Amino acid sequence: MAFTPDIQVFCCHYTSQQACAEGKEGLAADGFPVNATINRLACGGKLKVSVLLQAFENGADGVCVVGCKPDECHNLMGSQRAARRVGAVRKALAELGAEEARIAFHHLERGFHPEFVQVVQELNDQVTKLGPSPFKGDKS
Amino acid sequence: MIIAERKPINEIVAMVRDAERILVLGCRGCVSVCSAGGEREVELLCSLIRLGKKQAGQQVQVEGATLVRQCDKEYVDEIDRWQGQYDAIVSMACGVGVNFIANLRPADKVYPAVNTSFFGGSALQGEWSEQCAGCGDCVLHLTGGLCPVARCAKSLMNGPCGGSVDGRCEIHREIPCIWQAIHDRLSRFEQKAELDRVAPIRDWRPAGHGGPRKAVRNDLTI
Repeated sequence: MAFTPDIQVFCCHYTSQQACAEGKEGLAADGFPVNATINRLACGGKLKVSVLLQAFENGADGVCVVGCKPDECHNLMGSQRAARRVGAVRKALAELGAEEARIAFHHLERGFHPEFVQVVQELNDQVTKLGPSPFKGDKS
Repeated sequence: MIIAERKPINEIVAMVRDAERILVLGCRGCVSVCSAGGEREVELLCSLIRLGKKQAGQQVQVEGATLVRQCDKEYVDEIDRWQGQYDAIVSMACGVGVNFIANLRPADKVYPAVNTSFFGGSALQGEWSEQCAGCGDCVLHLTGGLCPVARCAKSLMNGPCGGSVDGRCEIHREIPCIWQAIHDRLSRFEQKAELDRVAPIRDWRPAGHGGPRKAVRNDLTI
């Protein structure tokens, strides 16, 4: 049976503007995976390591975090902080013997840009190849 | 403060492999300040243990809590709140906290989640460096406030070793030669003559080489 991963996307207010404007159907028409859920934050700097780990605990197979370009963050250091926290989760996944590739971080331009859809598609493809998260227990 | 670092998660999960109910106990003291075992780290470790156990196909119930300190009996006694609700305690305090729980809770299994590393401080965010060795016989009044026991790679007591180059340590190039720094500092205060004094052979018993140390203040005992 084909495996459809649960992808959780965390992005800031600015990098998700178009996503919100287009709505779920508009995004799907652009090719955004329907199995990906957007979790919108005021700023990437708000993202805690525990929130990302919680996503895996709650059954995510992959997590994609999107923040502004390092020098364009509205809150100056927010996206850089988010990138470091993703690094911490990647390290934790490696410590647990899980694939680090289950989490990705991207610095993207604000507003609409095809890369937003593209990076989530890429993670979706990658995680589909990896299979279900090893933290699911039931391996389904 | 005491600086500690979390142990690898696999090591911690292996320690508690037989436990189904785990209490992860943080400390609001030093380990909280150095981001090794405070509330935030407790939250993370709870999550990591749950993920590790899930991966191993094991059932687990993990609770997290943080005590004011784990090095005082009155705060350790607060563990009574969770009496009968855990099979094992994973302490995120320094080694003192783990020992205190082991001393005061003879029937409880307690495991360390961190490696207690050194006494240090943080001059840059996210970085800590050793400043004091807790040797029990302080010579800082002779060395311009800079500790050769903790900060000289060879703990030399009578000046630099000869390997110092451009003011850097020959063992660890990234750190300054502390004897060069002591020399520069005493020179600034016109106290360079202090360096002519030969430090006698050191008695390391106060440093712990004579067994566990103890401090008693009769004015405070009851």
